[in-house]
Amino acid sequence: MFAYIARRILASVPVMIVVALFVFLLLRLTPGDPAAIIAGDMATPAQLDQIRQSLGLNEPLVTQFVTWSGQLLSGDFGRSLISRTPVLTLIGQRLEPTLSLAIVTMIITLVLSIPMGVLAAWRHGSLTDSAVMAVSVLGFSIPVFVTGYIFIQIFAIDLRIFPVQGFKSISEGLWPFFSRIFLPALTLATIYIALIARMTRAAMLDVLGEDYVRTARAKGLSERVVLFRHALRNAAVPILTVVGTGFALMISGVVVTESVFNIPGLGRLTVDAILARDYPVIQALILLTSGIYVVINLLIDISYAFMDPRIRY
Amino acid sequence: MSASTNAAEKTGDVLVVEDLVVETGGRNPATILGGVSLRVAPGETVCLVGESGSGKSVTSLATMGLLPKGALVARSGRILVEGEDVLTARPARLRQLRATRMSMIFQEPMTALNPVLTIESQLEEVLSAHSQMGAKERRDRIRSILELVKLPDVERMCRSYPHQLSGGQRQRVMIAMALVLEPKLLIADEPTTALDVTTQKEILRLIAEIQERLGTSVLFITHDMGVVADIATRVYVMRHGEIVEEGPIQRILETPQRDYTRDLLASVPALHPREGRAATSREVVLSTSELGMVYRQPSLFRKRQGTVAATDVNLTLTRGRTLGVVGESGSGKSTVARCVMRLIDPTAGSIRLRGEEIVGLSRGALRPMRKRIQMIFQDPNRSLNPRLTVGDSITEGPINYGTAPKAARERAKELLQLVGLPPDAVDRHPHQFSGGQRQRIAIARALAMEPDVLVADEAVSALDVSVQAQVLDLLDEIQTRLGVALLFITHDLRVAAQICDEVVVMQHGRVVEYGPTAEVLGHPREAYTRQLIEAAPGRHWDFPNFRPLAPGGPGSIEAME
Repeated sequence: MFAYIARRILASVPVMIVVALFVFLLLRLTPGDPAAIIAGDMATPAQLDQIRQSLGLNEPLVTQFVTWSGQLLSGDFGRSLISRTPVLTLIGQRLEPTLSLAIVTMIITLVLSIPMGVLAAWRHGSLTDSAVMAVSVLGFSIPVFVTGYIFIQIFAIDLRIFPVQGFKSISEGLWPFFSRIFLPALTLATIYIALIARMTRAAMLDVLGEDYVRTARAKGLSERVVLFRHALRNAAVPILTVVGTGFALMISGVVVTESVFNIPGLGRLTVDAILARDYPVIQALILLTSGIYVVINLLIDISYAFMDPRIRY
Repeated sequence: MSASTNAAEKTGDVLVVEDLVVETGGRNPATILGGVSLRVAPGETVCLVGESGSGKSVTSLATMGLLPKGALVARSGRILVEGEDVLTARPARLRQLRATRMSMIFQEPMTALNPVLTIESQLEEVLSAHSQMGAKERRDRIRSILELVKLPDVERMCRSYPHQLSGGQRQRVMIAMALVLEPKLLIADEPTTALDVTTQKEILRLIAEIQERLGTSVLFITHDMGVVADIATRVYVMRHGEIVEEGPIQRILETPQRDYTRDLLASVPALHPREGRAATSREVVLSTSELGMVYRQPSLFRKRQGTVAATDVNLTLTRGRTLGVVGESGSGKSTVARCVMRLIDPTAGSIRLRGEEIVGLSRGALRPMRKRIQMIFQDPNRSLNPRLTVGDSITEGPINYGTAPKAARERAKELLQLVGLPPDAVDRHPHQFSGGQRQRIAIARALAMEPDVLVADEAVSALDVSVQAQVLDLLDEIQTRLGVALLFITHDLRVAAQICDEVVVMQHGRVVEYGPTAEVLGHPREAYTRQLIEAAPGRHWDFPNFRPLAPGGPGSIEAME
């Protein structure tokens, strides 16, 4: 097991190098000049040149890449071209809102979608099943900003349960935090609920036809035990895969939700950085997301072994 | 009969099924069971025999209240377990009855246990669901029942997961799980069908021992007349959802009243090998020498030891003859079949097809050789592509080798007639045929290439005995007409005894004994061969002649010694 984890971590090194190279080139090769944006509309060519010089944008690409990766290795992600703040500080400020949103979303998703999927599979072909499938189709097809505004209208404006938008850190108290994060999390969760409920239903339908489920019933166990202890654990591997990739996707997929609810998170930072051609920030963000993907994938693979004793690494 | 069951009910039968009617759910219900009645007295072993689709499993599932929801519905009748009607019991009551009064074990011990739970937790949940036992008491009970079913190293067993156990051990765990609360009735649905004969013998003996000790009644569902002859006190013969005949075992075996029972018994292949046929040709079509196969798992860090699947296998097959390869699971018989087909590449030795070496030939060089050797697989439901018509399946090979489509199609029609199917079958799809018919199609498909050698890998093992007998006759007839040589892989000694000229007995990847069938099965020299023959169920009974095999007569063990 440890040998496996060590091997997986080693194997992720070349992945990260390729990602780094790709990110670096992609930005350099697309049109758009950060110097022009910093200098403003009225800048002279000489001023532009000076800005480029100071940012190191005049150097050959290879030199730029070597300098950049050297800095990365020493933990220096550079400073934002625009605000001159260190990139890590920028990301650090934005990490909490996004992570909070992602985690609360995932909790809401799991609490709702897995029982929904199990129920639909158990009552396969019934009205309950159709209802779950209908909710699932709806969740997929309504865009996030529509659900977001509907929830704001109902829960914040009409019912006045939650504030309309904003973000408060968990350190400022549980209710202020929760009341602001709940609606955006529920909004973002709709699509994941749809996805994971469907996945759970399909995986459960497969497993419920297995012989050991019949054995469990022949033993006189209650349906709850049959479903959750015998069937769900066997259906866990495909569900976990989707949950894991879903979570990783969420980190980079929160842009719209963050805009609707005015949350100062990574999504907003990404959009701002791209619009401003703020290379160091964009690079760091993409590297961060890739890193999260690699780590989550590793965690998923390791968790398989805990879910299914037949899997050995 | 119904009068007798009513009387029996008062005498305290453990199970009484009266006039049970089961239909399919939905708008156009089809009758699956048309009024089945049976009874099981305390301590009795009652066998329910029948071929696939006879309704024997449905009867057992209905008794446990386990009919698949919505798909099958019990319309009328009664199922009384110790006088309590299962059909009218509430779900909660039904759950209480399971494992405490009636238990069930299933055919596939591989899939009947939950792969992600330890053996101990799977046993423990039975106790926590149905008893007030404390943790310590449960622990002790689990250990004592595992000892009762004679599992070695009980502590390790408790911690194990099903995949770490052998098939026989898993079935013992299933039995332990079914009997841990000492129910009055054990329903066993083909519990030994998926096991090797030697394991089957042990499991049957175990069930009999426990039954004697706990006084359990057993309803044993099987298609295997040999098993029936060995264990039953009484027998019910089922066909098309009805009981055809019922009676004490001796009576059923000696004087079956119904034609169906008679046919069923007559189809059981005799264990006594048939007379050797005179060789018609000396031409060797297939031979292997020192054939070996080692499966290696590649590893980054260390060189792992491979699994030896076959070593030093030498065999020779001449034109028009049948060579059987018999052995239990893991003996290497299928590995040999796959090697000679070059579906896998052997790691040692040579294979000659009509004198030409085929080991080490490239894909391209092998291509003309592929025509010479064709295979028939075990499960015709899966070996034929369900989306291709029968004609397309048969003609695909010849067309690949350059036959004109039209000519190939004409040939396909001829072949279908040869295997006993109407020529218009070419336009139909496999699902429109029964299992036996599909196997005939698979044979026609193999013959379309005009091979010198047919490799049949357990080709009749999935078929009912009556169908099995027909397919074996067909293979025999085809061999006489076309002179094709047959490499017949099977675990079933009865089948081998009836069809093979020579047999190879394999164990742990090695050839244990090799010679003419009459010699090897009639007068085995090796202990392992003898052990296999002794484990064959019903070996004391001469089924087709409705009489016991005379002690010392042909085929009896006494004659071998």
